Formats: sequence, C-alpha cells, structure tokens
Amino acid sequence: MNNRVVITGLGVVAPNGTNVPDFLKAIQNGVSGIKHFPEYEDLKFNCQVGGVPDFEWDALRNYITETSLYGLKGKGIAYGIKAALDAWTDAGNEIVSENPHWDTGCVFGSSVADTDVIKNAINRVDAHESKKLGSRVVEQIMNSGVTAYISGRLGLGNKIINNSAACATGTQSIFMGYEYIKYGMAKRMLVGSCEFVDKYVFGGFDSMRVLSRKYNDEPERASRPMSASAGGFVPGSGAGALVLEDMEYALARGAKIYGEVLGGSTNSGGQRNGGTMTAPSSEGVVRCIQEAIAGAGIAADAIDLVCGHLTATIADKLEIQNWVKALQRSGKDFPLVNSLKSMIGHSLSAAGSIETVAAVLQLKYNFAHPNLNLEDPMPEILDAIGPNNLPTTKVDRQINTVAKANFGFGDVNACLILSKFN
Amino acid sequence: MDRKEILNELKKVLVPYTEDKAILEGLTEQTDLIKDLKINSANLVDIIIDAEAQYNIEIDFDAAEKMYNVGNCIDVIAEKINKPA
Repeated sequence: MNNRVVITGLGVVAPNGTNVPDFLKAIQNGVSGIKHFPEYEDLKFNCQVGGVPDFEWDALRNYITETSLYGLKGKGIAYGIKAALDAWTDAGNEIVSENPHWDTGCVFGSSVADTDVIKNAINRVDAHESKKLGSRVVEQIMNSGVTAYISGRLGLGNKIINNSAACATGTQSIFMGYEYIKYGMAKRMLVGSCEFVDKYVFGGFDSMRVLSRKYNDEPERASRPMSASAGGFVPGSGAGALVLEDMEYALARGAKIYGEVLGGSTNSGGQRNGGTMTAPSSEGVVRCIQEAIAGAGIAADAIDLVCGHLTATIADKLEIQNWVKALQRSGKDFPLVNSLKSMIGHSLSAAGSIETVAAVLQLKYNFAHPNLNLEDPMPEILDAIGPNNLPTTKVDRQINTVAKANFGFGDVNACLILSKFN
Repeated sequence: MDRKEILNELKKVLVPYTEDKAILEGLTEQTDLIKDLKINSANLVDIIIDAEAQYNIEIDFDAAEKMYNVGNCIDVIAEKINKPA
C-alpha cells in the first residue's frame, strides 16, 4: 500500500506567536521571541535568555473542560493541547465527538514531563504527605500525558503513541504518522510535539556549556545559527501540530490542503564513526537525508529550501557540510537554507514540529523566512554553499519542495520532504 | 455545624469537579456524585483531599468508600467534625 499523505491542519504555540496567523506574520517579518529572564540571572545560569510562548492559560477553557483544566499544571501538556486542537479545528473538524474516530490516531512527542509537577510530587512524598497528591499527578508525569489529553478530548481511536527522540522528536512524530497513513493503517494522524524547558532541564544544558552566554543583555541577538559569533543555543518552549490525512480521504471531504508529505526517514548513526551521545555521525545524517529523498521519489535538485536543525553551535558547519554531501549540491547550486531557531531558540522536542509548521507555511505562501543574526556566517559555511543562499531578509520565491531535518542526542536523525500538493 | 451548613460548604468543594453546575445548584442529600454530577470516579480522591482540608478532618479508606452520594458525605463529615481527630 502506498497512499499519498497530505497536510490539512496546522497548530502552533511558539515564543513568537501562539497561533498560526500570528506565527506566520512573525516568521515573515523576522520577529524574535527571545527574552531575558531575571530568574536565570538569579540562578547564576551562564545563559540568561530563552524563548517562552506568551501563553494565556485561561484560554484553555475553549479547548478542554473546566474539570479537566482544574488541576492541570503541566505546561508542555498545555502547549500540546492548544497546538493539537488548533490543528484539528483548522482541518475543519469539531472538537466534541460522540463516538471514537477509529480511523484517526495521534503521535505526539515530548522529552521530559513538567518538572514542577514532578517536584510537587517529590516534595509531598518526602514530607510523608503522599495521600495529598490527588488523582491528577500520574496523568501529568507520565510521558504519554500529552497524547492522553489530546486523544481523550478528541476521541481519537487509532494508534496513540508518545514518541521521544530528543531534538529529533517532532520531526520523527510527523514521519511516524505519515508512515501509518501511507501503509494504510490509519486515515488521519494528528502529529506533533511539545516542550516546556523548565529551570532544571535548562540548568542541565547550561552546565554542558552548550548555551548562548554572550548576549544576555541583547536577547534578540542571542540565537545566532550559522554565525561565526554563535556561542551556543538558546532554549525555547512550545508545541507544533499537524493533521496528516490520506489524500483520497481529504479530497472526498473537500478539505483544505496545505501541502504533501512526499517522504521521510528516521535513523541513527549508531554512535559510531564520529557519532556519540551528543554528536551526530555524518554518515548517519547523510543516509537519513538521502533515504528521505529516495522515499519521496524526487531528485535532490528539486529541493528549493532546506529548513535545517542549525542550533547555533559549532555543529552548524558540520550540518551544512552533511547537507552538501547528502544533496550533492554546493556553492550557488545549494538551495536556500534557514533556521527558525534564530527567532525562537531551540525548543528541543518541540523544535521539529514547530519548524515543520514554519516549513509548510513557507511552502504554502512561497517565501523563505530570514535568518536573524547572520551578519557573519561561519567561513566553513561560506566555503561550502557561498553567501547567496543564506537569506537575512524574507525572500519571496516559488517554493515547491522543502527538506526539513532535525538531529538529537543519542545520534538520532529525522528528515521530511514536503511539497506543494499537485 | 448542622447538615444544611455542611451541604452548603460541600457544594463549594464540588464546584471544580463537575461540569453540571445546574445540578450542583440544586444539590440535595440524594444527589449521587458519579451518576448525577458525572464526576469521574478517579477524582473522588481529590474531593476527599479537599474536604479534609476544608473541615480539618481525616477521612480514612473505610469512611471514603461510603461517600458516593451527598447524604453519605455529610454523614462522614458530620461524624468526624463532632469527634475531633
């Protein structure tokens, strides 16, 4: 079975926009969502900036029941619910359904459950007050909390899976949903991922010295993918979601179609030949991208835009070199390349899904968003692809095909090939 | 505290746990927490935790099992508040 898979709904909660129209405007205009946090300064973090969505907790009343909202504390879950339900309604569906949708599933990823919820449980139990924890703790500290809330609210009855692959999580969730539809196991899949970077996770990365620390006074300049003056990534939070649908099913119901998932891949370099817990093996990355292109049945020349992982560390130059190898294109022949992280930072598990929403919008509206803070590209990147494929202002151009990839700790990779729907 | 007063306070405790505010408004001793107020049975423990805090009492497992309608809840609460822990 080889069903075509189209994208019929989008939802996003990002540091520079908490709904799709605001987010579209923000990425077209290069609006940064990075801010300084006095709390991080107080905690003596090296990096004192981050990207946190301007999220209205009370607006969740329009998404879940009041009894469900009462007692909900997990921020990652909350972002995930909003993004997923926005995508669901954007695809023309109603939230409330009497019966289960047996043909519709959900793959929604996350990395760490909200540690404020976990901390409350730890404090209570250590104080010998476990009986005061109540009924709402377990559902929020289980990894599958976000999928449980989403699928329960919408009545999704097909595969319900919480995936986790570090920074490749979001892209991987979309690829998994795509495969289920392609091989006929589901008609529709609600896919995406969420992340809330609390101070404990933030502290862990800060201690690894991989975060941006030289721009604490100028937060909007702090996230500098591909820049020679990049000194680490900026943590971000949020969620992204897409409704994927069997093409025939979408056409039959007259759905609005944003684009098509032509193919994809997820693999690992096996932490061999240069791949480690924290660094990707070039061989694994190149294979992943090439498998995605082969699966999509296109030539690498057809790619108009690369939406990279590009976190703003020294690994950016290696990533570009890997893309050059994988696409067999270099210099001015290389496609346009951009990194949404220049605007919103790196939202870990949520990065892949938020960035794929951005990729679909660029495809749909024919533009490449600017790379912020790229006044000084790394010399190795200029050597590999020249200066003309690194937009610093919005480029209006026909975008027919986009390659989107993310790479995560554990040497895991995920890549998607998206195209206009024809 | 008489039964009527306990019922009125219990009504406040139940607010966050039911979507059906109309039935809650007309709460009687016969109102069933699960069948009438449509409260998720898993959330009954949260109501017990809130009631313990509200009345400064402790409700043990055996007592909690009896609390399925408003009248039973009042029985348990009235017994506990009249017999300080």
